[in-house]
Amino acid sequence: MFIAWRELRFARGRFVLIGGVVALITLLVGFLAGLTGGLAYQNISSVLQLPGDRLVLQQSENSTPSFSTSTLDKNVVQAWEQAQGIESVTPIGIIQSRATVSGVDEPAGVALFGLPQGAQVAASNTLFELTPENDDEVGLSQGAAEDLNVQVGDSIAITGTTFTVHAIGDDLWYSHTPVITMTSQAWSESSIRVGGSGDPTVLAVSGPADYEAISAQTGTIAQTTLSSLTALEAFQSEIGSLALMIAMLFGISALVVGAFFTVWTMQRAGDIAVLKALGSTNGALMRDSLGQALIVLVFGIAVGLVAVLGLGALAGQALPFVVSPLTTLAPAAVMVVLGLMGAVFALRSVTHADPLTALGSNR
Amino acid sequence: MITLQNITLTFPDGEHRITAVNNVTIHGENGTVTGITGPSGSGKSSILAVAATLIRPDAGGILIGNGTDTIDAAQLSKKDATALRRERIGIVFQQSNLIPALTAREQLQIMGRLGGGTGRTKRAKIDARVNELLDAVGLSAHANKRPHQLSGGQRQRVSIARALIHEPEVLLVDEPTSALDQESGAEVMGLIARLTRERNTATLLVTHDLVHRNVFDDVITIVDGRVSEPAAV
Repeated sequence: MFIAWRELRFARGRFVLIGGVVALITLLVGFLAGLTGGLAYQNISSVLQLPGDRLVLQQSENSTPSFSTSTLDKNVVQAWEQAQGIESVTPIGIIQSRATVSGVDEPAGVALFGLPQGAQVAASNTLFELTPENDDEVGLSQGAAEDLNVQVGDSIAITGTTFTVHAIGDDLWYSHTPVITMTSQAWSESSIRVGGSGDPTVLAVSGPADYEAISAQTGTIAQTTLSSLTALEAFQSEIGSLALMIAMLFGISALVVGAFFTVWTMQRAGDIAVLKALGSTNGALMRDSLGQALIVLVFGIAVGLVAVLGLGALAGQALPFVVSPLTTLAPAAVMVVLGLMGAVFALRSVTHADPLTALGSNR
Repeated sequence: MITLQNITLTFPDGEHRITAVNNVTIHGENGTVTGITGPSGSGKSSILAVAATLIRPDAGGILIGNGTDTIDAAQLSKKDATALRRERIGIVFQQSNLIPALTAREQLQIMGRLGGGTGRTKRAKIDARVNELLDAVGLSAHANKRPHQLSGGQRQRVSIARALIHEPEVLLVDEPTSALDQESGAEVMGLIARLTRERNTATLLVTHDLVHRNVFDDVITIVDGRVSEPAAV
């Protein structure tokens, strides 16, 4: 690293330029990752709170599983309850509807979750702790309470029925709509009022069972919570396209860093030949070159991350934006690795430099 | 001491090979400067490249050292030849070939770091000699200047100090005055001769003319890759 640091100081303009490019790419990646995280949160935060080892959805022969079209009748629920190895079955109903406050014309889009009393869930489950005890009560997520501008004890109308706000809890979302919880009975009645069957749409099941066999017998599909997220259409299309953009930015960053260090190393080919003629090993020269690339990457990415944190805090007030290690440090680490892989291509110029060219008047 | 013994070197030329150096023997004693001269294309730079282990001869030996310490550098692997250049050979290039990002002091310090992480003791030893060498070449006052801040003669003096910092047994010098005016050239040649004697190195110096012939203890003239008759010193 003896030469690396000194070259960084000597050619600081060039290195600041490439560091700036890396910082800008980091900013773009960080923004997209934060936005992806925010959109994902608005899609799935409530689904991630569903209990059980597997989530069961209806699986028809000609369609892919979907949270929005799944309906599980009493026979299916009973079949799962009686299946060998199944220890608990929690029937859950999910539909998207609208809620209004008396005197306010503007309805708010909401996701209605029908949750049974006494379900076996962790004490810290923020979805189930909102579940009301009475059929004429509802629990509101923070987003729903803000959209409707109501407080505990206020009344709201859902599908033509009036409910009292029993509690306001965490910020829970389902497919970009804030969550409202109600009893299974109240949810079933609401479902019927909007043209549904009133049957639960998803089962949260647990136990050491043969899930594939039971699924095949019952016309359902049992997936882990994470796998089941693909059954949320909005989530799949949004995250798919954003993830593609992030992947392309990763590729661009590797190419940009690789191209810069290839040109930079080619410009130094004469110096490298001299150092080899004086007795420098390929290993020492490669360590120096990669060390230099690492410094530029870490510097650029650090600046980019600071910008992401600053601007992300502002963007978070207007956009669904998540700042977390997963949306900042993880992409940064990937960029360091890919950037170094790009820089590795430049090492060809180091290993191929011929010390013989240092003699004579070639330089 | 260095002895190039019956060196033959050929290069590919289409389907054939041309002989650049033909059975040349040159001997350089410790504390002496041996001039290697000849017209352009005579093969004198090829001889220096062979002596520097930058190119392996087709035949012959490169004997470096004294008595039992003598090794045949022509038989060394590429890795060992690189280590030999780092440890026992100093090279002064035609264009000084200093690293633009390094100061004069750092050009010398780098010699202790060419082998990578190994050799901390050697590194410390070299760092301790930097001031002495810069003083010896008259550049103490310019130690913190980069190459573009130095004159051609000063750059070549840094190059000489760099070649001697690790106390090599053999000093190989390639046309050191070709880019200098006559006065600077004379200073550089005088410096090489003085340091050769003071530090008891065996110096082989390639030059295309004999303007500075007074610094040589011996002169070998190469014509068409062969040793011609001895020139008068």
